Amino acid sequence: MFKIFEPGRIFVITSKAHKYVMFLFVIVICIGLLEALIFSPEDYKQGDSVRIMYVHVPAAWISLGIFSSITFLSLIGYIFKSKNFFLISKSLAPSGLVFNIVALVTGSIWGKPTWGTWWAWDARITSMLILALFYLMYLIAWRIYEDKEQVLKITTIITILGIINVPIIKYSVDWWNTLHQPASINILSKSSIHSSMLFPLIIMTAAFALFSMLIFLMKYNTELIKIKNKGLDRL
Amino acid sequence: MYGRKVKLRFFFIIFVFLTLILSVFLVLKSLEENVVYFKSPSDVKLIKELENKKIRVGGMVKKNSIEMSSDELNFIITDFKNEIYVTYSGVVPNLFSEGKGVVAEGYLKDRSFFNASKILAKHDENYMPPEVKEALGEK
Repeated sequence: MFKIFEPGRIFVITSKAHKYVMFLFVIVICIGLLEALIFSPEDYKQGDSVRIMYVHVPAAWISLGIFSSITFLSLIGYIFKSKNFFLISKSLAPSGLVFNIVALVTGSIWGKPTWGTWWAWDARITSMLILALFYLMYLIAWRIYEDKEQVLKITTIITILGIINVPIIKYSVDWWNTLHQPASINILSKSSIHSSMLFPLIIMTAAFALFSMLIFLMKYNTELIKIKNKGLDRL
Repeated sequence: MYGRKVKLRFFFIIFVFLTLILSVFLVLKSLEENVVYFKSPSDVKLIKELENKKIRVGGMVKKNSIEMSSDELNFIITDFKNEIYVTYSGVVPNLFSEGKGVVAEGYLKDRSFFNASKILAKHDENYMPPEVKEALGEK
């Protein structure tokens, strides 16, 4: 069924694709930063510190998205016993962790002038920190377990446990009283963010997604080279 | 189409998920008291026994309720059902203002008086440029 995922064939694509993704990323991040830092208006209440949001929110979205993808791919890999899916998950994880940390740090920087504190143990922030710990566990598991069969099992268990946290992060602001504000962007109802601020936010999200794609392609390429060097035709 | 083992593994995963979701739900339900970052004035009214413990109270700063004297700040936190009087001395965050969200940390004197030792401003989910805010205000 997954003939298309044979390493030889993918390698032809991954060994070249990252150049084009890099090119696209540079263009999109330039437009995004210009929009976010210069052309977008300041907020009526927060002033210029609203600009932190253009990094904070996309980073949080991407880190949640990547964790969900990792879990999904690991489960597909487990159900169909295809190791390639685990390799894709492994290559996705580092950029997810990076964006998770970016979201926590920028949130902290924004929190000081807005809320008056660097850190609060409210449900949203704490659950986001837990997600970072799950990312860390996942990546460490890949490093320390030598046995291939074992590492696939352990990383899958980590993703299954961690994915429960993802809806908790999303709905924490609705379920409980938190210091963190509820979501401004709703797909079904009207967003409470002005369109002049929504536009740079979308561009920055695209830029971060491209960056994740870039890191993923590089990582995945390395994994494929490792397999080639071992002289294995299939995963 | 797929082998028996594939189906088995699929249903096993579904089962694992259902179990996990149920257990996490029950754990969070029983921990609700501790998961909330602050209590609303209505929650405070429902406290059975007043303990001398640090708590957080949050809500809106009532319009025209801020009174500043040389060393003290008084205001009212409301959730539009119940109110609580807050006294505080110290610096407030820039975004602290009337009609906006606030979280106060400190000790309860009784169910409607609160001694705050720290004030945090709670930002809402509205983002807009100043011109739009003015236009909305004129309406």
